[in-house]
Amino acid sequence: MGNEEEYMYTKEHEWVCFEDNVAIVGIAEYAQSALGDITFVELPDVGEDVEQFERLASVESVKAASDIFAPISGKVLEINKKLDAAPELINKSCYDKGWIAKIEPSDLDEKGNLMNAEEYQQFLEGLDT
Amino acid sequence: MELIFEKSASGRKGFQLPKSDVDIQADIPAAYIRKTECLLPEVSELDVVRHFTQLSKLNFSVDGNFYPLGSCTMKYNPKFTEQAAAIKGFADLHPLLPQLDNSLVQGALEVLYHMDRLLSEITGMDDFTMQPLAGAHGELTGVMIIAAYHRLKGNKKTHIIIPDSAHGTNPASAAIAGYEIVTIPTDDKGALDFQKLKGLVNTQTAGLMLTCPDTLGLFNPDIDKITELIHAVDGLVYYDGANLNALLGRARPGDLGFDVIHVNLHKTFATPHGGGGPGAGPVGVKRKLSHLLPISRVVKNADNTYALNYNYPDSIGYVASFYGNFGVILKAYAYILMLGKEGLRNVSDHAVLNASYMMAKLKDYYQIAYDRRCMHECVFSAMRQEAQGVHAVDIAKFLIDKGMHPPTIYFPLIVKEAIMIEPTETESKESMDQFIAAMIEAAQLAEKDPKSFKQYPKTMPITRPDEVKAAKEIHCNFFAKR
Amino acid sequence: MSGFIANTDSDIKDMLQAIGVNSIDDLFVDIKPRHAPHSFDVPEGKSEFEVLERLYGLAARNATNLVSFLGAGYYDHYVPSAVSALASRSEFYTAYTPYQPECSQGTLQALFEYQSMICTLTDMDIANASLYDGGTALYEAMMMALRITGRKKIIMDGGVSPIYRTIIRSYTKNLDIAFAETPVVHGRSNRAEIKKMLDQDTAAIILQNPNFFGAIDDHSDIVETAHSRGVLVLESVYPVSLGLLKTPGEMAVDIVTGEGQSLGLALSFGGPYLGFMATRKEYVRKMPGRIVGETIDTKGRRCFVNTLQVREQHIRRERANSNICTNVALCAIQATIFMSLLGRSGLKDLAGLIFQKAEFARQEISKIKGVEVKRSSPTFNEFTICLPQKASAIIPKMISQGFAPGFPLSRYYPDMEHYLLIAVTEKRTKEEIVNFAMALERALWN
Repeated sequence: MGNEEEYMYTKEHEWVCFEDNVAIVGIAEYAQSALGDITFVELPDVGEDVEQFERLASVESVKAASDIFAPISGKVLEINKKLDAAPELINKSCYDKGWIAKIEPSDLDEKGNLMNAEEYQQFLEGLDT
Repeated sequence: MELIFEKSASGRKGFQLPKSDVDIQADIPAAYIRKTECLLPEVSELDVVRHFTQLSKLNFSVDGNFYPLGSCTMKYNPKFTEQAAAIKGFADLHPLLPQLDNSLVQGALEVLYHMDRLLSEITGMDDFTMQPLAGAHGELTGVMIIAAYHRLKGNKKTHIIIPDSAHGTNPASAAIAGYEIVTIPTDDKGALDFQKLKGLVNTQTAGLMLTCPDTLGLFNPDIDKITELIHAVDGLVYYDGANLNALLGRARPGDLGFDVIHVNLHKTFATPHGGGGPGAGPVGVKRKLSHLLPISRVVKNADNTYALNYNYPDSIGYVASFYGNFGVILKAYAYILMLGKEGLRNVSDHAVLNASYMMAKLKDYYQIAYDRRCMHECVFSAMRQEAQGVHAVDIAKFLIDKGMHPPTIYFPLIVKEAIMIEPTETESKESMDQFIAAMIEAAQLAEKDPKSFKQYPKTMPITRPDEVKAAKEIHCNFFAKR
Repeated sequence: MSGFIANTDSDIKDMLQAIGVNSIDDLFVDIKPRHAPHSFDVPEGKSEFEVLERLYGLAARNATNLVSFLGAGYYDHYVPSAVSALASRSEFYTAYTPYQPECSQGTLQALFEYQSMICTLTDMDIANASLYDGGTALYEAMMMALRITGRKKIIMDGGVSPIYRTIIRSYTKNLDIAFAETPVVHGRSNRAEIKKMLDQDTAAIILQNPNFFGAIDDHSDIVETAHSRGVLVLESVYPVSLGLLKTPGEMAVDIVTGEGQSLGLALSFGGPYLGFMATRKEYVRKMPGRIVGETIDTKGRRCFVNTLQVREQHIRRERANSNICTNVALCAIQATIFMSLLGRSGLKDLAGLIFQKAEFARQEISKIKGVEVKRSSPTFNEFTICLPQKASAIIPKMISQGFAPGFPLSRYYPDMEHYLLIAVTEKRTKEEIVNFAMALERALWN
């Protein structure tokens, strides 16, 4: 994972970056900050097939439970097991150590449904007003 | 404070059992005997008495503190009702005795029958079941009745409409009964958005669940138009009785067009909340739904005796093992008999008077969620204080140090930084004035020294528990390994 | 002013002035004349004395002077005086759900102790802070098993209380769940039948120990088979029996529930009672109901809070684990006091005493001509007897001799018209048991 400027984003504040045709997924700073201290992450099963914008995982804080939606369709290749013992990694490092799952994308054309960093930044500014 | 397990001393006993008077040598085969030891504490009776007496002193309660917890109706719980429930002829009564003979339980059946009649008259319904064991349990029972109505009529209904201001139990109950939930927003006057409702109601609508007055403490003057709209598609309207304390003798849900209703006896009818139960949530229905009520039902025979009748083939069945939380029902029954017609009317008059007074005295200091005439509770928002970095929770903790239980905070969810105050009719003007003074002091402190709020409460044995740690590390059993 | 209202005329005047209205009626402007009650025909109020007199009169029309052999899951146990004395402290009973932990540590710590006691009693990892009663707790456990497994079939052992089974049937009418029941009469669970039914579509098998007919079982073998097919095992238990009997934890059961009435609660014609639930720690997030957890405060002091609330309806709304809002805190506190008083040896001794007395009663009754004690395996506090006549003919003759003679099984099992289920508690003396057997003999043969 590298520069979040190169990531792509959803309106539900998930990010995705692509490395060697593998999509790495996490939640963006905006969502992390809105949730507060994350106490639990319910991860998908490896091998599970997910659809774009359908439920992938869920995160819990003391006051809220939120679903995390898959930014892209495909098969779950790997999950971030460290989150079981240390869900706070999402708070501390949402774009890097707090990644949630790696997905083998089944349809890269779906990228067209996502926002790039600049578009997402504009989207966030729209939310504030 | 130490846990009871930490006070344990090997060999100590707190209770003397009778000696066995049967001369018999019988043993349970070893294969059926537990091998792990049951690690209950070993303490004397005085140890137990002192432990729980000391624990009780760590609680705020209606008897000890002003407790204006909005939506919970924390009114005074009259002492004589406790005495009523403890009468041996009720307390020692086995629930299956009617299976031997109804004549053994005539007094208890009369209580249930008469309570059905009284609640029907008070709420404008035709028949009641006493079975549901809590408010949320009443909701589930009510939605099951709605579902049975549609199933028997062959109606294809898929969803229940619920306002965004509703208690979380409404959507949860409807979902458990198998319905999809359609959420209806609140308009800018704090009412259910009637125009949007019109757009959402269709032939698939099984019903609408409403709290009235709503959870903002407001009475919707269009309530009868709303019930008509739902009836037009053969939907049923459910009344969440959480806020009935505002309406006694002033309006009856049955007359307003509601078809199914639950009543929280632990709110409106003054039975104690017990630190979170037991309560009771009897459900009332209009005649067209009476045949669907849970069984058994208490009926009065021609000779004025009472019996349990199970012969209702359309009934939704059993929602609880027996006849409801009978001990709680008895207390509410005693309360209604004592208050009578005038007393019940006074309840709502003064509940609304007290809440309106609270709203009038505090509206210069806190933003009002919706500036309208409130009923038995009023909802403020701490947004003005939030701008200074002081949240509703900080104000709550400040109030604890004043010896008052805080109002409900962060509900309803549609009001940011909500503070929901329900003084109830039993509070005196003096105790409300003290609370008002404390709230004003908090508002002023929020302007002057917002940072100081984080230290509250300062006078309690503990302050601001770490809820994140509790949720992450999950230690809920003394005996579990960490 | 009636109705426990403190406002005086001068208070009312001042308050109306502060609000800026002329009368209380003005506060109800949103309630239009067309909303007015069509009737409000409630009797006139009465004094405290008059109401209590009426209630004492009604109570006198209930028969609580019978010597009781009636149980069927709800038992006539002795409740130590300290239980009601402590639970009558109004700091406990006039508080509400501990939303503000700083001023609710009494309730919270007591509930933590309750959860811990339920865990050691059942030998499980984690318990919730209580549910309404034994029947609804079992229903909630079943829903929990459906959530955990994602499967839709439930098998119910015929030894599970028919009272509970009818509740579960009622609740699930609108849901897409398949049920199968295995027949059992008088004895232990029917292993061959159950094992045949357990398949990859089954979410859970529901068992009870001792079962409705009183039979003691060790379900370990059923658990093993169930787990090998991914099926969860739910067991409803009689908590007092666990002073002696092999625990659900030792049998590797997944979810345990039970009726806590026998832990210090009055019979009270059916409620309020206490549903308890315990499970393995990996299922904690799927468990319904409030859970109290330990933590520390800002100064590092141990304290207790409601935890894992995101499972619950006030946050998750229609996606919550259950629609339950609170628990039955006061009943749970009563049970905690009861278990504290009895303590480690007391609960074991109580269980032993009940077993001995029940065995004695079984022997005495089995001596009666024509009465057959039905059992194919050991029983604990209850057992079934088969009479040479219909139970309905004998019951009035027993009542007139001062006995509540047990539960007529034909209520739930139409072909068992000759059967009674007999319960014995520590309160039944040798004399009462001997007299009961003599009375039964007279009722049958005189």
